[in-house]
Amino acid sequence: MSDISRYRLVLAVLAILATILFLLSLTVGPAGLGFADSIAALFSDKAGAIELIMREIRLPRALLGLMVGATLGLSGAALQGYLRNPLAEPGLIGVSASASLGAVIAIYSGLAIVFPLALPLSALAAAVLAVVVVQALAGLRGSTLTIILAGVAVSSFAGAMTSLALNLSPNPFAALEIMFWMLGSLTDRSMTHVWLALPFMLVGWAMLAALGRALDALTLGNETAASMGIDMRRVQLLAVFGTAASVGAATAVSGAIGFVGLVVPHMLRPLVGSRPSRLLPASALAGACMLLAADILVRIIAPGRDLKLGVLTAIVGAPFFLWLVYRTRRKLA
Amino acid sequence: MPTNGLGCARFRAWLPALAGLAVLSGTSAPAAAEPPKRVVSMNVCTDQLAILVAGEGQLHSVSYLASDPNTSVLADRAIDMTVNHGLAEEVFLMQPDLVLAGTYTTRTTVALLRRLGVRVEEFAPDSSIADIRSNILRMGEVLERRERAAELVAELDRGVTQLGEGSASHKTVATYYANSYTSGAGTLVDEIVKLSGLVNVADRLGLSGTARLPLEMLVLSKPDLVAGGGEDYGAPALAQENFVHPAYRAVAEQGRAVAVPSRYTICGAPFTLEAARLLRDAAGQAKGETR
Repeated sequence: MSDISRYRLVLAVLAILATILFLLSLTVGPAGLGFADSIAALFSDKAGAIELIMREIRLPRALLGLMVGATLGLSGAALQGYLRNPLAEPGLIGVSASASLGAVIAIYSGLAIVFPLALPLSALAAAVLAVVVVQALAGLRGSTLTIILAGVAVSSFAGAMTSLALNLSPNPFAALEIMFWMLGSLTDRSMTHVWLALPFMLVGWAMLAALGRALDALTLGNETAASMGIDMRRVQLLAVFGTAASVGAATAVSGAIGFVGLVVPHMLRPLVGSRPSRLLPASALAGACMLLAADILVRIIAPGRDLKLGVLTAIVGAPFFLWLVYRTRRKLA
Repeated sequence: MPTNGLGCARFRAWLPALAGLAVLSGTSAPAAAEPPKRVVSMNVCTDQLAILVAGEGQLHSVSYLASDPNTSVLADRAIDMTVNHGLAEEVFLMQPDLVLAGTYTTRTTVALLRRLGVRVEEFAPDSSIADIRSNILRMGEVLERRERAAELVAELDRGVTQLGEGSASHKTVATYYANSYTSGAGTLVDEIVKLSGLVNVADRLGLSGTARLPLEMLVLSKPDLVAGGGEDYGAPALAQENFVHPAYRAVAEQGRAVAVPSRYTICGAPFTLEAARLLRDAAGQAKGETR
């Protein structure tokens, strides 16, 4: 099979899988509705209980699963290409944790109530800051190790500030929500969250998708890429703001969900080859599949317990990360 | 979920027994003859019971929660009292001759105070009207204010009788709190709901204790009334986002939301019946057929 046809096949399979998982996500829930009933309720004109559940509770949850997963997969692939670092991922380099902090400040200060757009904007600003700080700490050609260390520093700091902000809130529930912001959840999100996040994600996706050709050239090295007419400042702008806009919006509505952006591109590289321009769309689809699957599992494993998504993604992602570190170390040695 | 419910039920069954044990230890205490003069309470429920039962100047300090109107009904009466945060050091320095505590909070403080030789009386949380009655009587014993306690119990019993005389509307009510929690079978709120002549939706769904009621299930159960906390803590939290969810608002419109402030039901006292009155009045106003 030729390279290009295999790539198309992978995309098609992932798209079908994402569709199936999306439908499954719509039909899994404590109310135990039948498959046909629930899908029919999505399109009916009635305003009964089942219609309400499907349209206002399950649809936004499934949509957000799709959107947030695609964001994490896409940004993971883009960051790995841009930083030329196999361990780069929004969670590991501190973007998610910082976006959480931005969102927490907007929500718990009450700003997001007066001005709803403050939520994604503040998460975006914090995410931009995180990428800029990590890059400044690690340098433009930072080694794997320095980027991860800078990411750990930024993550820990943002996490600590998030805890501090939540602990200082006069609302007794706020401190319990540290878990949500660190591990992420899609429980009982509404269409409001979808509409709030979608524009920012679309802009972010467009910026990251535009990176494809440039990232391909970057695999040959900075100088070669520059000689091929790649504008490095434009690449940096697109990568930083694309990641910040999409991950910022995703984190603002679902909390920080780790490891999706790390695992997905690595699993796909053997299938689509290491050309970033091909990896980007495939990672977006696979990210959506992984997050939808995780969100279905949390509802099946522990219904009524509100298990956090980050727990599942970390169970898969953390061992994978260790294996990657081990492999990277062996290569260096 | 079923295992959790069972665990809760078993645990609830133990509560009266625990309370009974505590009563025994309380009455056998040698200091019972002379009324304590400097009482420190470290739990918002013992705070309020003590405020109601104690004599002039007997109660020295209450917990910081006692003056928080979201948790305490008697917040205005607690405002001038010395505040404590349930820390052993601050409580010990107050040189109390009796410390009142709950059986679930400030465990390490209670153990430490006992080692330091301070008399500590623990009160279990109320999960029924009967618990309220026995806790009031016991508060009367330990504070040597038996007459006042008997008055309060009489007030409680009068209220219960009055509520029982009204006709039951049999409308359904779902209690729905922050983070989608509800009060199921075996809770004080469940008994309050029954006293008000309503049917608790959580009971019908087989939930016991304080359990999660997923928003989907709330929508599907189509309650006539939705009783929420409606607390304002002065700052937002995600926990209360379930109250602005479009699906919740649709139910609250159809089913009429009733604000039953949780300060009435966090602790048991005669004022707890106010929650039942609020529910009964709301059911009387709510239009819609009875089931």
